[in-house]
Amino acid sequence: MKSYFKRGRFNLAEIIVDKNKCNGCGKCVNLCPFNQIIIVQKLAIIEAGCTMCGVCQELCPTGAITIKRERLSNEDYSNYRGIWVFIEQHQGTIKPVSLELLGKAKELVNKLNQEIAVVLAGDEVSHLVNDLSSYEIHKIYLVENKVLKSYTTDAYTQILVSLVSQYKPNILLIGATNIGRDLAPRVAARLRVGLTADCTDLDITEEGYLLQTRPAFGGNIMAQILCKYTRPQMATVRPNVFKKSRPCSNFQSPEIIKVEAKLNLLSIRTKIIEVIKEVTEVANLEEVDIIVSAGRGLGSPDNLYLVRELAKILGAAVGGSRAIVDAGWLSHHQQVGQSGKTVAPELYLACGISGAIQHLVGIQTSKRIVAINKDPEAPIFKIATLGIIGDLFKVIPLLIEDLKKIKNIV
Amino acid sequence: MKIVACIKQVPEMSEVMIDPETHTLKRKGVPSIINPFDENAVEEGLKIKEKYSGELIVVTMGPPQAEEALRRCLAMGADEAVFISDKAFAGSDTLATAYTLSLVIKQLKPDLIICGKQAIDGDTAQVGPELAEQLGISQVTYVKKVEISEDKKKIILHRETDDGYEIIQCKLPVLITVLKILNEPRYPSIRGILMAKKKGIKVIKAVDLKVDPVKLGADGSPTQVVNIFTPQQHQKGKILKLEPKDAVKNIINFLQDEKLF
Repeated sequence: MKSYFKRGRFNLAEIIVDKNKCNGCGKCVNLCPFNQIIIVQKLAIIEAGCTMCGVCQELCPTGAITIKRERLSNEDYSNYRGIWVFIEQHQGTIKPVSLELLGKAKELVNKLNQEIAVVLAGDEVSHLVNDLSSYEIHKIYLVENKVLKSYTTDAYTQILVSLVSQYKPNILLIGATNIGRDLAPRVAARLRVGLTADCTDLDITEEGYLLQTRPAFGGNIMAQILCKYTRPQMATVRPNVFKKSRPCSNFQSPEIIKVEAKLNLLSIRTKIIEVIKEVTEVANLEEVDIIVSAGRGLGSPDNLYLVRELAKILGAAVGGSRAIVDAGWLSHHQQVGQSGKTVAPELYLACGISGAIQHLVGIQTSKRIVAINKDPEAPIFKIATLGIIGDLFKVIPLLIEDLKKIKNIV
Repeated sequence: MKIVACIKQVPEMSEVMIDPETHTLKRKGVPSIINPFDENAVEEGLKIKEKYSGELIVVTMGPPQAEEALRRCLAMGADEAVFISDKAFAGSDTLATAYTLSLVIKQLKPDLIICGKQAIDGDTAQVGPELAEQLGISQVTYVKKVEISEDKKKIILHRETDDGYEIIQCKLPVLITVLKILNEPRYPSIRGILMAKKKGIKVIKAVDLKVDPVKLGADGSPTQVVNIFTPQQHQKGKILKLEPKDAVKNIINFLQDEKLF
């Protein structure tokens, strides 16, 4: 494991302003998303907060700005092969996001001509091998141990790091759940490799690198990221972004590789004392068919009953915008958006939600969006399948009443 | 008890918009704030310090203007502020940021490190765990409640899971990342603001870290942004302005056509 700490010398990177080409026009000053360029004596100066995102390089009218990167490490990466998916299971059930990752892996593998493998870790999880065998997978790394019954950062990091070190995958994908977002950065830091969080798209470049697309600045911009100089190329992906892999019958069953968990119990430093399940009106926003969601337009938490009643008659779960969750009207389990949950229901019914970008990012994978809002300029109407400009205090009660009538007749 | 809170200065995201003509971020006049989750981290640090006695040190890495964010933390009641700022750190990704932070925080030898769940500009939630790993200490993420044992050696944390929460016990030192519901950050008092103006901020430059410079900034960053674009616009749907009665009729027709009701 120690050899990994020698890593950390990835590349030499530099952002250069060509004094002869820069005419001090200042276009880059306005373009820089991070506000890190100033003009001093007709010359662009890059400041300390530069992230080397490359916007200035691309848009400089005189081509004066260049970002150079040169590889430093001489490690041979050709023996890193295969796309791995970490299977997240909870009490013996596979999380849907893992199957979504398998769906994407299937697309990527066609461009790479490598194998798909999964890591299945837990206590008494071998029955899941059968479930997984019906998907297009070449290998299953199965790790069973009592210690792995509940997720702990230390145990799962040890397992994943030792598997990666031994079998050298090219790509490692993990669901961006509360567990995945705890595990992935820990593993990446121990391996000293790059990691891209919350990807919304993955592809393979012509050179064979994993091209990772993710929203930044609350979804206002999308960034595309490569990790050319480290292996495995690691990414987390939000639930509900990709389509689930479908079981297929004519695929050869996967090779099962049982790996003994070499766990150092002393190094598991956290102890779970109790697990509490909270059954709320929303426990599974990521998995329901219909979500009725509330925004600031409701005016007061006292009016939430409108949304709750509408949800009840539609058999829906209740969600909400960041504004009202921050205000404490709903639990943050119910928060939808970039900083909350990404949802993909059949129907997303937004009541009094104006639609800040960060909210829209979290709902754009919904099949249909119906929005009720009194402001015709509300951004939510830009992505709504059906938008109603109107007073929700008049529309919703009437809608509930009419839906009730229909339900009684049918 | 020695507590370190890690903070980041971020743009007020609700004010950030896309210029419809150039399709780039309009950030003129967008105010900078302390990342909201980090305010909760600072608040929790202050609460623990007040209850169990100790000191709170706030640490940030960022461009010169981020000093303002540290001043605000001092005004809230933090004892010390450490400002890691140098052009050599430009282009740091989460791993390089966490590495740089770890070099500084190791020297401080804290019992507890508190970070916000994630920063609202990048939303990665990676620096916390990557920092814990590089410090070689344990981590508990998504924390919504903190209790510390009488002897100040153990900590009990409520960690949010996908369907509830778990109660976790561990020894100090530990790094935790916190949610908004953990607490309500205080406003700096006038006295606090005046005191903060007088306090010195310790500035750390790349040379102070005494490491191979290729491990810092963009050189030490394995991830590389190759392209930035504005997301594509969605197809426009049907937008109607109608009397409530007709509006309801339209919604119900839609639900029935789509077999949703």
